[in-house]
Amino acid sequence: MTATSEDQLERLLLRESVSEFFAAEYDLLDRRELSEWLALFADDAVYTVPLQRNVKYDHLERENALGPLDTAWFADTKDTLSQRVEQIQTGVHWAEEPVSRSAHLVTNVRIVERSPEHGPAQTVSTRCRILVYRNRLEREVDLFVGVREDKLRRRDATWEIVERTVFLEQNVLLAKNLTLFF
Amino acid sequence: MPKYVDRERGLVSREIFVDEEIYRLEQERIFCTQWLFIGHGSQIPQPGDFFASRMGEENVILVRGKDGQARVLLNSCRHRGMKVCRYDEGNTPIFTCPYHGWSYGLNGDLVGVPRFKDAYHGELDRAQYGLLEARVCDHRGMIWATWNFDGPDFYEFMGDMLQFHDSMLEPTDGGDGEMEALPGVQKWVVPCNWKFPGENSIGDHYHAVSHVSVELVGIGPGGRGSTRHGDGGYRPLAMTAFPDTGHGSRGGKANPDAVPRYPFPAFSDPATEAWHRAAWERHTKNRPGERPAWDRLGNGGNIFPNMNYHTRWPRTIMVAHPAGPTTTEMWRWFLVDKDMPYEVKQFVRAYFLRYSGPGGLTEQDDMENWSYATIASKGAMARKLPYNLQQGLGHAVDSEAPIAGARYSGGFISESSAMVFYNRWQDLIDR
Repeated sequence: MTATSEDQLERLLLRESVSEFFAAEYDLLDRRELSEWLALFADDAVYTVPLQRNVKYDHLERENALGPLDTAWFADTKDTLSQRVEQIQTGVHWAEEPVSRSAHLVTNVRIVERSPEHGPAQTVSTRCRILVYRNRLEREVDLFVGVREDKLRRRDATWEIVERTVFLEQNVLLAKNLTLFF
Repeated sequence: MPKYVDRERGLVSREIFVDEEIYRLEQERIFCTQWLFIGHGSQIPQPGDFFASRMGEENVILVRGKDGQARVLLNSCRHRGMKVCRYDEGNTPIFTCPYHGWSYGLNGDLVGVPRFKDAYHGELDRAQYGLLEARVCDHRGMIWATWNFDGPDFYEFMGDMLQFHDSMLEPTDGGDGEMEALPGVQKWVVPCNWKFPGENSIGDHYHAVSHVSVELVGIGPGGRGSTRHGDGGYRPLAMTAFPDTGHGSRGGKANPDAVPRYPFPAFSDPATEAWHRAAWERHTKNRPGERPAWDRLGNGGNIFPNMNYHTRWPRTIMVAHPAGPTTTEMWRWFLVDKDMPYEVKQFVRAYFLRYSGPGGLTEQDDMENWSYATIASKGAMARKLPYNLQQGLGHAVDSEAPIAGARYSGGFISESSAMVFYNRWQDLIDR
């Protein structure tokens, strides 16, 4: 194989590896294996879900409220994510007891940055789309659709999540709570 | 008009939580007559700054005029009703309706009508067609408005509840610093009647079971295992409410421990801990021998009908906007001392966000309870069974109230404040 096609093959395998990681991760959430899901986050992980504003076309950069002091839906670390998991696992967190059903879909996975540029990547930045369906108790249904940006770091033969930012495409959140993970 | 609230027996009809007709009456008799919270002045610091807010179901614009005055304008064109502002916030010299182009100044005056000379023959009385302007009070940066132009002013409306409300505004060091709202407002939809959050906030100390999972995990600002309100300060079970206005606070009698003591919880972040230690040092000089008002008067309450607040941990305001008999749109603001260092603001922000709002570990369980209580109260049979608010009925000790005219629950948990809320509701519906 030529150097170029080797490079192409490596990129294809990298994208496949990341897509598989995301699919396996969402499988854990839908199977409610929350401790295993949490273990995929790096100890220094940051998990952010900003609000979205209605702004003028020439101020689109302000649409996502990403300022460090902006009110957000989530501004979590691994430690606070683990509190959320533990709360559900108490069995008396009434907003998730009985537990909701969910199906997490992840698609349009793209590697937008990688390091190093050549050879086995140690970190990658990715963009994807997510669609999360939740059915609670009897007739309660919520649908969350969004753009997700992740920064992954190599952990042995797989990855760990270092940064996750989820842009839920809603202004007024059309759900009564966010007891789920994206 | 049948009575929905049975004061003597402590019973409240379920109809008022689900019925369409009653909901429509509430819009006229409560949301058009009471003072409603609109936003914080720090959201609109400059002339031309605006923030799209609500007064119950009505869309309004909070805008700062060229004269520096905060005004509240109904966000509906006088021509054909289109919203003249569909941005959440921004700065503008003018609001132009996207439908036919009528334009309004920052004070609501109709300043532009396309084809005024030929199509209207210059005859339209533009002075009569400004945006409807609400009556506004800017109280220490808290902007309130009402459609009741002849009724009580804001200070009459608040009465002695004002000191409880103001304890939220008190700077951490007891000095004269200002407060600011963090940028952005959480808005979300809960399938419950708007009165559930109000009743909860005026004082439901009985619902500890709702939050048992929070205590098991220990989400406090002191880090893993610390309690959610921290270990400092005084958290009384007693409640104070005002039968004449329907407002009330959780707490309200001076701490029996009269000596001021360090009132803050422990913080896992060293910078935040150090800043609060220093603020307390200043407090002892600014207000010698005094406890902070928020520590003395309670950790939050409800201003009738639908504005509720926490004074500290978290320091936040929530407005429960009615959006149908069984739908509420909740709006939540978070507040900090303006002079707090950046990294301290960041720490308290993260704590506030994991306490409150749809992602808040504590608030999530409240919303589950309110929404399924609403659903389970809709049936023809269920509606016949009133809610029971008899806890502490007849045992409130008004004579011990810290303020004349207030109802004091006595030292125990009680539903007396919730009954004050519903009695006020009935008074207004009966008018």
